[in-house]
Amino acid sequence: MLLMFFTERAYHAVPEDEVFRLRSFFGVPNRFFDPKKGAQLLNEYIDEKILCDEVGFDAVMLNEHHGTPFCMGAVMDVEASILARATKRVKITLLGNPTPVVANPLRLAEELSMIDMISGGRLVSGFIRGAGSEQLFNNANPAFNREYFDEAHDLILAVWTRPGPFRWEGKHFHYRFINPWVLPLQKPHPPIWIPGLISVETVIWAAQHGYPYIALATVLKPTLELFNVYAKTAAEQGYQAGPENFGYLQPVLVADTDEKAYELGKCFMFGGGFSHFARPEWMFPPGYNSKDAIHRLAAQAANPNLPSSPFQHDPVNEAEVQEMKRKLYASYGDWQKQGQVVTGSPKTVVRKLRHILEVLRPGIFSFWLDGPLALQDRRNCVRLIGNEVLPELREIGKELGLEDPFTRKPGSVLLNGRPHEAVGNAALLDTPA
Amino acid sequence: MSEPLIEEKAAVGETQLCVLRRGRGQPLLYLHGELGFEGWCQWHEALARKRTILIPLHPGFGRSQPADWIMDMRDLAAFYSRFIRERKLAPVDVIGFSLGGWIAAELAAANSAQLRRMVLVGAAGVRPPQGEIMDMYTVTARRFLTRCIRDPAAAPEFAALYTAAGAAPQNQAAAQWEAWEDARAATARIAWKPYMFSQSMPHLLANVTALPTLIIWGRQDEVVPLSAGQLYHEKIAGSRMVVLDQCGHMPMIEKSAEFVRAVQDFLE
Repeated sequence: MLLMFFTERAYHAVPEDEVFRLRSFFGVPNRFFDPKKGAQLLNEYIDEKILCDEVGFDAVMLNEHHGTPFCMGAVMDVEASILARATKRVKITLLGNPTPVVANPLRLAEELSMIDMISGGRLVSGFIRGAGSEQLFNNANPAFNREYFDEAHDLILAVWTRPGPFRWEGKHFHYRFINPWVLPLQKPHPPIWIPGLISVETVIWAAQHGYPYIALATVLKPTLELFNVYAKTAAEQGYQAGPENFGYLQPVLVADTDEKAYELGKCFMFGGGFSHFARPEWMFPPGYNSKDAIHRLAAQAANPNLPSSPFQHDPVNEAEVQEMKRKLYASYGDWQKQGQVVTGSPKTVVRKLRHILEVLRPGIFSFWLDGPLALQDRRNCVRLIGNEVLPELREIGKELGLEDPFTRKPGSVLLNGRPHEAVGNAALLDTPA
Repeated sequence: MSEPLIEEKAAVGETQLCVLRRGRGQPLLYLHGELGFEGWCQWHEALARKRTILIPLHPGFGRSQPADWIMDMRDLAAFYSRFIRERKLAPVDVIGFSLGGWIAAELAAANSAQLRRMVLVGAAGVRPPQGEIMDMYTVTARRFLTRCIRDPAAAPEFAALYTAAGAAPQNQAAAQWEAWEDARAATARIAWKPYMFSQSMPHLLANVTALPTLIIWGRQDEVVPLSAGQLYHEKIAGSRMVVLDQCGHMPMIEKSAEFVRAVQDFLE
């Protein structure tokens, strides 16, 4: 079992009402950004990851977003480069570089090679399509998003593994002379993991390549369904998927007592949390979804772009902002019940997480800490997880046989014609934690 | 409306194009805008008394197949050039609206001999000297449409085409949304960057030396500012320009009678 730490590196000094007014973190005007505050926070977030290295996490995870106080990590390779040198043990897990919006796969391959070398071979290199809003921010044509992603992936692997110099004339990328003098330390190349939210296409693609799939805080039941889509695809490729193929990320807040953790856990709801990541019309730019996905979405009455949708995102007045906020925070109990936020003392959190591990059986579990929290509470949370939660989870991992991608190579359990087994433990879904 | 709107399939190379047709007389090619064919309107009906209106749905727009190789507007214009040649339509009269106006301008710049007369309506394709072309990708399709028209209340046809969709049965609204999504995606493939214009268009228009051209614009066009129309007028030798007051991006719907009169005068 591989245990990981993640934070969005948010800029919580933004006035929360601005997020509600826009119903979106993406697009909040950057006049609210103070670089002095940003500088302090970025350094605190780096220090936090160094602390994770010291208190026993196996990996630290980075991501990137653009144009949003939700995440200041606009260029994750910059942070990864610092951590490559400043940490000693942890895997530096990038989930992931948005290849369609970076739009220069050769440059990306070089950056990642350098990070792998400087870290002594501790890089895990994930790739993503990038959220819809990233396509708008970076002016990356969403209609070619999937094509960019596929070709960038093939190109990066070629850069890492094919002796140079060689030439690349693809559909979207063209290089006349590829011969980098930086190559990954890990052979044949750093591990590749693929994070995702709901895209079935992405799950299938990951399974076809034998890349572990990391579900990002999605609800348990659909997550398990997606894991089994992966397992079915894996079987078509001839292997049995197991815990080494799966990861799960979950917001977790640990404090000294259950009561304190419950209170502090409200920080995850700041600004509406992930549900206000970006407005729907920015999350679904043109051509970003497959035709099948569009057809499925069209059938949903709640679709925000639908002409008859109640979600028209007209400007909201002050009273409506306050009402939205009130309703949101009033729903905190439901967030807790549905497991969207896991809080408690170390002991309580171990019990709750055990349930998740039993249901999903992931080989990788990542803690997610975010929200406007006092620095001492954040540090305390990380230390409590490191000292009291991680040792317990390791024992549970052993007991449940949760192999991770480093203890069992994904795709190595061959079926040799046998039927495949379902993954996870659907029977436990309805059992309370 | 005595005759039905006929839907045909037309192969252009490997692509099956859906072509709508109605009316009688010499063909009049209508190139629709970035949100697809809006539906048969009064202005179509008026012009169809003397002309056969041909409305190809652009590749990737709803019932027309996408063509993987078409990656910019010049590709699409070349595709239509082949369509005109193979259907033996040349020289043909053409009306292009918004994105369709850009296609028409590309056709004219590449080979104006294929066209007999050209009408550009709120045409994209050039960077407006003043203002910017409104980005439809940062808003919902519905919001974009409401900004296409200056006064929805004064244009009942607009309400019939679009705003009434809000009250339509769910499946109908879903179908319209799906068609918009197809159209937005197909447009993104060819017009994403720079958005809705070609840097070289004003220079290429020097090739249009003897094509009678009518440019029709709403003075209050919020989507493609009037200055773009004025630039077309300046660059296309001998062109005429009609600017309609109290009118947005869709003169043919918002000022239907004036629009039809101007086009009829020009074509006859």
